[in-house]
Amino acid sequence: MAREVAIIGVGLSPWGELWDKSLRDLFVEAALNAIADAAVDHIDSMYVGCMSSGLFVGQEHLASLLSDYLGMGPIPAARVESACASGGLAMRCGFLEVASGMSDVVLVGGVEKMTDVGTDEATAALSTAADQEHEVFYGVTFPALYAMMARAHMRQYGTTREQLAQVAVKNHRHGALNPHAQFRHQITVEDVLASVMVADPLRVLDCSPITDGAAAVVMCSLETARKVCKKPIVKIAGIGHATDTIALHSREDLTFLRSASLAAERALKMANRTPEDIQLIELHDCFTIAELLVLESMGFVPKGKAGEATASGLTALGGKLPVNPSGGLKAKGHPVGATGVAQIVEVVQQLRGEAGDRQVEGARLGLTQNMGGTGGSSLVHILEVV
Amino acid sequence: MSSPKYWREVPQRFRLEAARCKTCGATHYPPRLVCPGCRGREFELVTLPRQGTLESFTVVRVASSAFVDQAPYAIGIVRLEGGVKMLTQVVDCEPEDLQVGMPVRLEFRRISEEGRAGIICYGHKAVPA
Repeated sequence: MAREVAIIGVGLSPWGELWDKSLRDLFVEAALNAIADAAVDHIDSMYVGCMSSGLFVGQEHLASLLSDYLGMGPIPAARVESACASGGLAMRCGFLEVASGMSDVVLVGGVEKMTDVGTDEATAALSTAADQEHEVFYGVTFPALYAMMARAHMRQYGTTREQLAQVAVKNHRHGALNPHAQFRHQITVEDVLASVMVADPLRVLDCSPITDGAAAVVMCSLETARKVCKKPIVKIAGIGHATDTIALHSREDLTFLRSASLAAERALKMANRTPEDIQLIELHDCFTIAELLVLESMGFVPKGKAGEATASGLTALGGKLPVNPSGGLKAKGHPVGATGVAQIVEVVQQLRGEAGDRQVEGARLGLTQNMGGTGGSSLVHILEVV
Repeated sequence: MSSPKYWREVPQRFRLEAARCKTCGATHYPPRLVCPGCRGREFELVTLPRQGTLESFTVVRVASSAFVDQAPYAIGIVRLEGGVKMLTQVVDCEPEDLQVGMPVRLEFRRISEEGRAGIICYGHKAVPA
């Protein structure tokens, strides 16, 4: 890479079911928070990750709308889409623009406004991330696709229903420590097992919620960051990106996420690191089973062992490898286009030592994994405090 | 759904037409223009077998708008003889009777309706064999 890239500002909007806030106001709020955190007086260019503003609020041409409302002048702005990995993809675009030397200060944001439509319309909008002609045509939904992955994992490896529930219990416990989380209450395994069935064997407490929200970061060259940044500087040490079939049934093994595996391998190689070096992970737990599949596919636990690892406390705050200290998608919320950027916000705050009650002590190297659909796309970022 | 969109999928959906790569022999459903295995671009049309086994399944209880009236319904991934897989609904049985590995067969069925003036969509569903 021509230049190394650092993150000098992070910001979030409120997250939740926010009937009084529009898509544009959510985005501007997050962006202004990131710009204030970075203490910069301008940005040169902007990327926005958003999955489906067209279906959720009927608005396309989003990047121009949002740069106008941000009030930063007629800067270049682009919206990128990779389903629920749109935010992660926006990060990669911003990174490439700074690394190449084309721009110096780039704002990367992610946003989704999901509650202007009802649940069945939201389910339909989200299902556009699956194959329309060969999955959705037959009435499949995302919970149903992940349910089939869960059943295959349970059958192949003996993963139990309780182990799946423990992912949600752990992430709610973390979310309760995060003032920004959509859900700040703890739940028990019994709560999960008694919750409403969505797609057998997944229940509603196995699923991430529908959320309105936005996240943003400001990035610049490491050289510029050393001059202007008053906070600990966090560098993007590695980026990995990979794709896979979007149709789940086209994959030989329903329990292996090739895109997550390859993205992690590429990011670790770029950062010249191994999984043992990573001190915390924010990953894409859109459903409880997803957290197990991603951990195994990225090589952090052996295949089939993530359920046991979760039950043993390995991935909890205080464990050897804290996963989703923010509460994850499950408790923090999942405004789909914002999630990939919000994961970066969390890891930056952790590496700066600003994470309050959920702080992973002494963390210097963290990893994020953001995923589209059932793993049709994955982005992994490795962040390091320098 | 627009008529052309529905009409152009008819060979696959109604007749289970797939494409076998003349270079490496892999069968693709739906047919593709490029074989992802060997990048071959010459194919012969073949008809998929209707017999297979259930590789995984679920029961959809919260459906998207077009399928709300059908919920709850079972959906599965079927591995057909020869190895091609497809996703479809599993019908003519109680959800509690479904098992991974059970033999199923594809039958031509109605998939969804778009109300009084819309298209009635047909395709194949799996039933216990």
